[in-house]
Amino acid sequence: MAGDSRATGRIATMLGSIGHRVTDGLIRLGFATRFFLMILLGSGQSFRRLHLTIREIYFAGFQSLLIILVSGLFIGMVLGMQGYETLQRYGSADALGVLVALSLVRELGPVVAALLFASRAGSSITAEIGLMKATEQLTAMDMMAVNPIARVVAPRFWGGVISMPLLAALFSATGILGGYLIGVVFIGVDEGAFWSQMQASVDFRYDVWSGIVKSFVFGIAVSLIAVFEGYDALPTAEGVSSSIKSTVVKSALAILALDFVLTSFMFREA
Amino acid sequence: MSRKLLDLWVGVFVVLGMAAMLFLALKVGNLSAANFAETYPLRANFVNIGGLKVRAPVKSAGVVVGRVAEIHFDPESYEAVVTLNIDGRYRFPKDTFALILTAGLLGEQYIGLDPGGDEVMLKASDVIAKTQSAVVLEKLISQFMFNKASEGQSDK
Repeated sequence: MAGDSRATGRIATMLGSIGHRVTDGLIRLGFATRFFLMILLGSGQSFRRLHLTIREIYFAGFQSLLIILVSGLFIGMVLGMQGYETLQRYGSADALGVLVALSLVRELGPVVAALLFASRAGSSITAEIGLMKATEQLTAMDMMAVNPIARVVAPRFWGGVISMPLLAALFSATGILGGYLIGVVFIGVDEGAFWSQMQASVDFRYDVWSGIVKSFVFGIAVSLIAVFEGYDALPTAEGVSSSIKSTVVKSALAILALDFVLTSFMFREA
Repeated sequence: MSRKLLDLWVGVFVVLGMAAMLFLALKVGNLSAANFAETYPLRANFVNIGGLKVRAPVKSAGVVVGRVAEIHFDPESYEAVVTLNIDGRYRFPKDTFALILTAGLLGEQYIGLDPGGDEVMLKASDVIAKTQSAVVLEKLISQFMFNKASEGQSDK
Protein backbone atom coordinates (compact mmCIF):
# COMPACT_ATOMS: atom_id res chain seq x y z
CA MET A 1 0.00 0.00 0.00
CA ALA A 2 2.74 2.41 1.05
CA GLY A 3 4.88 1.47 -2.01
CA ASP A 4 1.85 1.97 -4.25
CA SER A 5 1.23 5.49 -3.11
CA ARG A 6 4.94 6.26 -3.42
CA ALA A 7 4.84 5.10 -7.07
CA THR A 8 1.80 7.21 -7.87
CA GLY A 9 3.49 10.10 -6.11
CA ARG A 10 6.56 9.71 -8.34
CA ILE A 11 4.43 9.57 -11.48
CA ALA A 12 2.56 12.67 -10.36
CA THR A 13 5.84 14.59 -9.85
CA MET A 14 7.06 13.43 -13.26
CA LEU A 15 3.89 14.54 -14.99
CA GLY A 16 4.02 17.76 -13.04
CA SER A 17 7.57 18.48 -14.19
CA ILE A 18 6.68 17.74 -17.83
CA GLY A 19 3.74 20.09 -17.59
CA HIS A 20 5.93 22.69 -15.94
CA ARG A 21 8.47 22.47 -18.76
CA VAL A 22 5.80 22.77 -21.44
CA THR A 23 4.16 25.83 -19.87
CA ASP A 24 7.61 27.29 -19.23
CA GLY A 25 8.50 26.89 -22.91
CA LEU A 26 5.20 28.43 -23.98
CA ILE A 27 5.68 31.38 -21.66
CA ARG A 28 9.17 31.98 -23.08
CA LEU A 29 7.84 31.69 -26.64
CA GLY A 30 5.09 34.18 -25.87
CA PHE A 31 7.60 36.52 -24.26
CA ALA A 32 9.91 36.18 -27.27
CA THR A 33 7.06 37.18 -29.59
CA ARG A 34 6.15 40.16 -27.41
CA PHE A 35 9.85 41.03 -27.25
CA PHE A 36 10.09 40.95 -31.07
CA LEU A 37 7.16 43.36 -31.32
CA MET A 38 8.75 45.57 -28.67
CA ILE A 39 11.96 45.70 -30.73
CA LEU A 40 9.98 46.67 -33.83
CA LEU A 41 8.18 49.38 -31.86
CA GLY A 42 11.44 50.66 -30.38
CA SER A 43 13.19 50.66 -33.76
CA GLY A 44 11.90 54.07 -34.80
CA GLN A 45 13.29 55.58 -31.63
CA SER A 46 16.66 53.88 -32.08
CA PHE A 47 16.95 54.76 -35.79
CA ARG A 48 16.78 58.40 -34.80
CA ARG A 49 20.20 57.81 -33.24
CA LEU A 50 21.56 55.91 -36.20
CA HIS A 51 25.16 55.76 -35.00
CA LEU A 52 24.08 53.17 -32.42
CA THR A 53 23.06 50.79 -35.19
CA ILE A 54 26.12 51.63 -37.28
CA ARG A 55 28.31 50.79 -34.29
CA GLU A 56 26.61 47.38 -34.07
CA ILE A 57 27.05 46.76 -37.80
CA TYR A 58 30.74 47.38 -37.17
CA PHE A 59 30.91 44.87 -34.33
CA ALA A 60 28.63 42.20 -35.80
CA GLY A 61 29.38 42.60 -39.49
CA PHE A 62 32.76 44.15 -40.11
CA GLN A 63 34.51 42.19 -37.39
CA SER A 64 33.07 38.92 -38.74
CA LEU A 65 34.53 39.64 -42.17
CA LEU A 66 37.80 37.79 -41.62
CA ILE A 67 36.27 34.48 -40.53
CA ILE A 68 33.58 34.69 -43.23
CA LEU A 69 36.03 35.42 -46.04
CA VAL A 70 38.58 32.79 -44.98
CA SER A 71 35.95 30.07 -44.50
CA GLY A 72 34.27 31.00 -47.77
CA LEU A 73 37.54 30.72 -49.63
CA PHE A 74 38.35 27.34 -48.15
CA ILE A 75 34.86 25.93 -48.67
CA GLY A 76 35.00 27.06 -52.30
CA MET A 77 38.39 25.43 -52.75
CA VAL A 78 37.19 22.16 -51.24
CA LEU A 79 34.09 22.26 -53.48
CA GLY A 80 36.34 22.85 -56.48
CA MET A 81 38.53 19.88 -55.64
CA GLN A 82 35.77 17.45 -54.70
CA GLY A 83 33.52 18.58 -57.55
CA TYR A 84 36.29 18.15 -60.11
CA GLU A 85 37.09 14.69 -58.75
CA THR A 86 33.51 13.51 -59.29
CA LEU A 87 32.67 15.43 -62.47
CA GLN A 88 35.75 14.34 -64.42
CA ARG A 89 34.68 10.70 -63.98
CA TYR A 90 31.68 11.52 -66.18
CA GLY A 91 33.73 13.68 -68.51
CA SER A 92 31.90 16.86 -67.54
CA ALA A 93 34.59 18.78 -65.66
CA ASP A 94 33.44 21.87 -67.58
CA ALA A 95 30.35 21.95 -65.37
CA LEU A 96 32.53 22.62 -62.29
CA GLY A 97 31.55 26.30 -62.27
CA VAL A 98 27.86 25.39 -62.17
CA LEU A 99 28.36 22.98 -59.29
CA VAL A 100 30.41 25.40 -57.20
CA ALA A 101 28.18 28.41 -57.89
CA LEU A 102 24.84 26.68 -57.36
CA SER A 103 25.81 24.92 -54.16
CA LEU A 104 27.27 28.12 -52.70
CA VAL A 105 24.59 30.57 -53.81
CA ARG A 106 21.62 28.39 -52.94
CA GLU A 107 22.69 26.59 -49.78
CA LEU A 108 26.19 26.81 -48.40
CA GLY A 109 26.56 30.58 -48.59
CA PRO A 110 23.49 31.53 -46.52
CA VAL A 111 23.62 28.54 -44.17
CA VAL A 112 27.32 28.37 -43.31
CA ALA A 113 27.62 32.14 -43.12
CA ALA A 114 24.65 32.21 -40.73
CA LEU A 115 26.13 29.43 -38.58
CA LEU A 116 29.45 31.27 -38.38
CA PHE A 117 27.64 34.54 -37.70
CA ALA A 118 25.64 32.95 -34.87
CA SER A 119 28.73 31.66 -33.14
CA ARG A 120 30.92 34.70 -33.85
CA ALA A 121 28.52 37.63 -33.43
CA GLY A 122 25.35 36.13 -31.91
CA SER A 123 27.16 34.74 -28.89
CA SER A 124 28.93 38.03 -28.20
CA ILE A 125 25.65 39.97 -28.45
CA THR A 126 24.08 37.60 -25.91
CA ALA A 127 27.08 37.90 -23.60
CA GLU A 128 27.03 41.69 -23.80
CA ILE A 129 23.31 42.07 -23.08
CA GLY A 130 23.33 39.31 -20.47
CA LEU A 131 26.20 40.96 -18.62
CA MET A 132 24.47 44.34 -18.83
CA LYS A 133 21.48 42.72 -17.19
CA ALA A 134 23.60 40.96 -14.57
CA THR A 135 25.30 44.23 -13.62
CA GLU A 136 21.89 45.94 -13.55
CA GLN A 137 22.75 48.41 -16.29
CA LEU A 138 19.43 47.70 -18.01
CA THR A 139 17.52 48.45 -14.79
CA ALA A 140 19.54 51.62 -14.36
CA MET A 141 18.57 52.77 -17.86
CA ASP A 142 14.93 52.11 -17.05
CA MET A 143 15.31 54.25 -13.91
CA MET A 144 16.70 57.09 -16.03
CA ALA A 145 13.67 56.80 -18.33
CA VAL A 146 15.84 55.44 -21.15
CA ASN A 147 14.12 52.56 -22.90
CA PRO A 148 16.72 49.76 -22.84
CA ILE A 149 15.04 48.00 -25.77
CA ALA A 150 15.39 51.04 -28.00
CA ARG A 151 18.84 51.96 -26.65
CA VAL A 152 20.52 48.53 -26.37
CA VAL A 153 18.48 45.76 -27.97
CA ALA A 154 17.08 47.22 -31.21
CA PRO A 155 20.44 48.51 -32.57
CA ARG A 156 22.03 45.09 -32.00
CA PHE A 157 19.08 43.36 -33.65
CA TRP A 158 19.16 45.59 -36.73
CA GLY A 159 22.94 45.47 -36.89
CA GLY A 160 22.69 41.69 -37.22
CA VAL A 161 19.80 41.78 -39.69
CA ILE A 162 21.63 44.22 -41.99
CA SER A 163 25.00 42.47 -41.75
CA MET A 164 23.79 38.95 -42.46
CA PRO A 165 22.84 39.21 -46.18
CA LEU A 166 26.03 41.16 -46.90
CA LEU A 167 28.14 38.54 -45.15
CA ALA A 168 26.37 35.68 -46.95
CA ALA A 169 26.91 37.36 -50.33
CA LEU A 170 30.59 37.88 -49.52
CA PHE A 171 30.85 34.25 -48.43
CA SER A 172 29.36 33.00 -51.72
CA ALA A 173 31.49 35.35 -53.79
CA THR A 174 34.79 34.37 -52.14
CA GLY A 175 33.74 30.73 -52.30
CA ILE A 176 33.23 30.98 -56.06
CA LEU A 177 36.62 32.68 -56.38
CA GLY A 178 38.10 29.82 -54.30
CA GLY A 179 36.52 27.28 -56.64
CA TYR A 180 37.89 29.26 -59.59
CA LEU A 181 41.34 29.28 -58.01
CA ILE A 182 41.44 25.50 -57.58
CA GLY A 183 39.47 24.53 -60.68
CA VAL A 184 40.86 26.89 -63.30
CA VAL A 185 44.23 28.07 -61.97
CA PHE A 186 45.52 24.86 -60.38
CA ILE A 187 43.68 21.96 -62.05
CA GLY A 188 43.25 23.59 -65.44
CA VAL A 189 39.53 23.48 -66.21
CA ASP A 190 38.81 25.72 -69.19
CA GLU A 191 38.20 29.25 -67.95
CA GLY A 192 35.60 30.14 -70.58
CA ALA A 193 33.57 27.01 -69.87
CA PHE A 194 33.80 27.60 -66.12
CA TRP A 195 32.19 31.05 -66.30
CA SER A 196 29.88 30.61 -69.28
CA GLN A 197 28.30 27.37 -68.03
CA MET A 198 27.89 29.03 -64.65
CA GLN A 199 26.15 32.02 -66.17
CA ALA A 200 23.97 29.80 -68.31
CA SER A 201 22.56 27.82 -65.39
CA VAL A 202 22.54 30.25 -62.46
CA ASP A 203 19.41 32.34 -62.68
CA PHE A 204 19.36 35.68 -60.86
CA ARG A 205 15.76 35.67 -59.70
CA TYR A 206 15.58 31.95 -58.96
CA ASP A 207 18.99 31.22 -57.41
CA VAL A 208 20.80 34.39 -56.36
CA TRP A 209 17.76 36.25 -55.10
CA SER A 210 16.48 33.20 -53.17
CA GLY A 211 19.88 32.97 -51.48
CA ILE A 212 19.72 36.62 -50.45
CA VAL A 213 16.17 36.19 -49.09
CA LYS A 214 17.32 33.12 -47.16
CA SER A 215 20.22 34.95 -45.55
CA PHE A 216 17.92 37.83 -44.62
CA VAL A 217 15.53 35.43 -42.86
CA PHE A 218 18.46 33.75 -41.09
CA GLY A 219 19.69 37.20 -40.04
CA ILE A 220 16.34 37.96 -38.40
CA ALA A 221 16.24 34.57 -36.66
CA VAL A 222 19.82 34.63 -35.36
CA SER A 223 19.69 38.26 -34.20
CA LEU A 224 16.36 37.77 -32.46
CA ILE A 225 17.57 34.64 -30.66
CA ALA A 226 20.80 36.38 -29.64
CA VAL A 227 19.19 39.51 -28.20
CA PHE A 228 16.36 37.55 -26.60
CA GLU A 229 18.66 35.06 -24.87
CA GLY A 230 20.74 37.94 -23.55
CA TYR A 231 17.72 39.91 -22.34
CA ASP A 232 16.15 36.81 -20.79
CA ALA A 233 19.36 35.58 -19.11
CA LEU A 234 19.42 34.87 -15.40
CA PRO A 235 21.46 37.73 -13.92
CA THR A 236 24.24 35.48 -12.68
CA ALA A 237 27.52 34.25 -14.14
CA GLU A 238 26.02 30.80 -14.74
CA GLY A 239 22.86 32.27 -16.23
CA VAL A 240 24.82 34.33 -18.76
CA SER A 241 27.01 31.40 -19.75
CA SER A 242 24.02 29.12 -20.25
CA SER A 243 22.29 31.82 -22.37
CA ILE A 244 25.35 32.04 -24.62
CA LYS A 245 25.31 28.28 -25.03
CA SER A 246 21.63 28.29 -25.84
CA THR A 247 22.08 31.14 -28.38
CA VAL A 248 24.52 29.01 -30.37
CA VAL A 249 22.46 25.82 -30.09
CA LYS A 250 19.09 27.42 -30.84
CA SER A 251 20.47 29.52 -33.70
CA ALA A 252 21.99 26.46 -35.35
CA LEU A 253 18.73 24.52 -35.02
CA ALA A 254 16.67 27.48 -36.22
CA ILE A 255 18.95 28.05 -39.23
CA LEU A 256 18.85 24.43 -40.35
CA ALA A 257 15.11 24.02 -39.81
CA LEU A 258 14.30 27.33 -41.54
CA ASP A 259 16.61 26.36 -44.38
CA PHE A 260 14.61 23.20 -44.97
CA VAL A 261 11.32 25.10 -44.95
CA LEU A 262 12.59 27.90 -47.22
CA THR A 263 14.23 25.46 -49.64
CA SER A 264 11.04 23.47 -50.01
CA PHE A 265 9.18 26.71 -50.80
CA MET A 266 11.75 28.18 -53.18
CA PHE A 267 13.19 25.32 -55.17
CA ARG A 268 10.22 23.14 -55.93
CA GLU A 269 10.28 22.07 -59.57
CA ALA A 270 7.28 23.42 -61.39
CA MET B 1 37.19 54.47 -31.53
CA SER B 2 35.99 57.74 -33.00
CA ARG B 3 32.64 57.82 -34.69
CA LYS B 4 34.13 58.90 -38.01
CA LEU B 5 36.50 55.93 -38.19
CA LEU B 6 33.66 53.59 -37.24
CA ASP B 7 31.50 54.98 -40.04
CA LEU B 8 34.39 54.52 -42.45
CA TRP B 9 34.80 50.82 -41.65
CA VAL B 10 31.07 50.18 -41.77
CA GLY B 11 31.00 51.97 -45.12
CA VAL B 12 33.80 49.73 -46.37
CA PHE B 13 31.88 46.68 -45.15
CA VAL B 14 28.63 47.71 -46.84
CA VAL B 15 30.43 48.52 -50.11
CA LEU B 16 32.17 45.12 -50.04
CA GLY B 17 28.87 43.35 -49.41
CA MET B 18 27.11 45.22 -52.20
CA ALA B 19 30.02 44.46 -54.53
CA ALA B 20 29.68 40.77 -53.70
CA MET B 21 25.94 40.88 -54.49
CA LEU B 22 26.67 42.66 -57.76
CA PHE B 23 29.29 40.03 -58.58
CA LEU B 24 26.75 37.27 -57.89
CA ALA B 25 24.15 39.02 -60.01
CA LEU B 26 26.25 39.90 -63.05
CA LYS B 27 29.19 37.52 -63.18
CA VAL B 28 27.68 34.38 -61.61
CA GLY B 29 24.02 34.81 -62.45
CA ASN B 30 22.73 35.82 -65.84
CA LEU B 31 20.98 39.04 -64.96
CA SER B 32 22.71 40.88 -67.79
CA ALA B 33 22.02 38.38 -70.56
CA ALA B 34 18.85 36.41 -70.11
CA ASN B 35 16.29 38.81 -68.73
CA PHE B 36 14.46 40.07 -71.75
CA ALA B 37 13.01 43.50 -71.37
CA GLU B 38 9.89 42.80 -73.37
CA THR B 39 8.46 39.44 -74.30
CA TYR B 40 5.43 38.20 -76.16
CA PRO B 41 3.77 34.81 -75.66
CA LEU B 42 3.46 32.07 -78.29
CA ARG B 43 1.77 28.73 -77.83
CA ALA B 44 2.70 25.33 -79.21
CA ASN B 45 0.99 21.95 -78.80
CA PHE B 46 3.11 18.84 -78.48
CA VAL B 47 2.05 15.18 -78.42
CA ASN B 48 4.85 14.46 -75.95
CA ILE B 49 7.14 16.97 -74.24
CA GLY B 50 9.51 14.42 -72.70
CA GLY B 51 11.42 16.06 -69.87
CA LEU B 52 10.81 19.69 -70.84
CA LYS B 53 10.64 21.99 -67.82
CA VAL B 54 9.31 25.47 -67.18
CA ARG B 55 12.12 28.04 -67.66
CA ALA B 56 13.84 25.84 -70.27
CA PRO B 57 15.45 27.94 -73.02
CA VAL B 58 13.91 28.53 -76.44
CA LYS B 59 16.63 28.69 -79.07
CA SER B 60 16.73 29.61 -82.71
CA ALA B 61 19.96 28.94 -84.61
CA GLY B 62 21.47 28.12 -81.20
CA VAL B 63 20.78 31.58 -79.74
CA VAL B 64 18.49 31.86 -76.72
CA VAL B 65 15.47 33.88 -77.88
CA GLY B 66 13.04 33.09 -75.07
CA ARG B 67 12.01 30.82 -72.23
CA VAL B 68 9.27 28.29 -71.58
CA ALA B 69 6.72 30.10 -69.42
CA GLU B 70 4.08 27.50 -68.74
CA ILE B 71 3.24 23.88 -69.50
CA HIS B 72 -0.17 22.33 -69.06
CA PHE B 73 -2.16 19.38 -70.29
CA ASP B 74 -5.14 19.86 -72.58
CA PRO B 75 -7.82 17.31 -71.60
CA GLU B 76 -9.69 17.76 -74.92
CA SER B 77 -6.91 16.99 -77.37
CA TYR B 78 -4.71 15.02 -74.91
CA GLU B 79 -1.78 17.18 -75.89
CA ALA B 80 0.69 19.27 -73.90
CA VAL B 81 0.21 23.01 -74.34
CA VAL B 82 3.47 24.90 -73.93
CA THR B 83 3.53 28.69 -73.60
CA LEU B 84 6.75 30.36 -74.72
CA ASN B 85 7.85 33.86 -73.82
CA ILE B 86 9.79 35.17 -76.81
CA ASP B 87 12.08 38.20 -76.73
CA GLY B 88 10.19 41.16 -78.18
CA ARG B 89 13.07 42.02 -80.51
CA TYR B 90 12.53 38.87 -82.58
CA ARG B 91 9.65 37.98 -84.90
CA PHE B 92 9.17 34.57 -86.45
CA PRO B 93 7.30 33.58 -89.65
CA LYS B 94 3.90 31.91 -89.51
CA ASP B 95 5.25 28.53 -90.65
CA THR B 96 7.95 28.29 -87.99
CA PHE B 97 8.67 24.75 -86.87
CA ALA B 98 8.97 24.09 -83.09
CA LEU B 99 10.96 21.05 -81.99
CA ILE B 100 11.87 19.67 -78.60
CA LEU B 101 15.61 18.99 -78.62
CA THR B 102 18.16 17.77 -76.12
CA ALA B 103 21.42 19.57 -75.36
CA GLY B 104 24.10 16.91 -75.52
CA LEU B 105 23.45 13.22 -75.04
CA LEU B 106 21.80 13.46 -71.61
CA GLY B 107 21.56 17.22 -71.19
CA GLU B 108 18.55 19.40 -70.52
CA GLN B 109 15.76 19.68 -73.05
CA TYR B 110 15.00 22.89 -74.87
CA ILE B 111 12.73 24.11 -77.67
CA GLY B 112 14.29 24.84 -81.02
CA LEU B 113 12.55 27.18 -83.46
CA ASP B 114 13.25 26.61 -87.17
CA PRO B 115 11.90 29.63 -89.07
CA GLY B 116 10.02 28.95 -92.30
CA GLY B 117 9.69 31.22 -95.31
CA ASP B 118 6.24 32.70 -94.79
CA GLU B 119 5.81 36.44 -95.29
CA VAL B 120 3.30 36.70 -92.41
CA MET B 121 4.83 36.86 -88.93
CA LEU B 122 3.50 35.24 -85.76
CA LYS B 123 1.69 37.65 -83.46
CA ALA B 124 1.43 37.55 -79.66
CA SER B 125 -0.49 34.49 -78.33
CA ASP B 126 -0.54 32.83 -81.75
CA VAL B 127 -0.23 29.06 -81.94
CA ILE B 128 2.74 27.47 -83.69
CA ALA B 129 1.12 24.92 -85.99
CA LYS B 130 4.02 22.65 -86.85
CA THR B 131 5.66 20.89 -83.91
CA GLN B 132 7.78 17.84 -83.32
CA SER B 133 7.65 16.00 -80.01
CA ALA B 134 10.53 14.94 -77.81
CA VAL B 135 12.36 11.78 -78.68
CA VAL B 136 11.53 9.14 -76.09
CA LEU B 137 14.49 6.85 -75.68
CA GLU B 138 12.41 3.76 -74.84
CA LYS B 139 10.36 4.10 -78.03
CA LEU B 140 13.51 4.52 -80.08
CA ILE B 141 15.06 1.41 -78.55
CA SER B 142 11.92 -0.68 -78.99
CA GLN B 143 11.67 0.40 -82.66
CA PHE B 144 15.30 -0.51 -83.17
CA MET B 145 14.83 -3.92 -81.49
CA PHE B 146 11.70 -4.57 -83.53
CA ASN B 147 13.54 -3.76 -86.77
CA LYS B 148 16.47 -5.96 -85.79
CA ALA B 149 14.14 -8.83 -84.93
CA SER B 150 12.29 -8.62 -88.24
CA GLU B 151 15.60 -8.39 -90.13
CA GLY B 152 16.78 -11.54 -88.36
CA GLN B 153 13.64 -13.41 -89.41
CA SER B 154 13.87 -12.35 -93.07
CA ASP B 155 17.53 -13.51 -93.19
CA LYS B 156 16.56 -17.11 -92.36
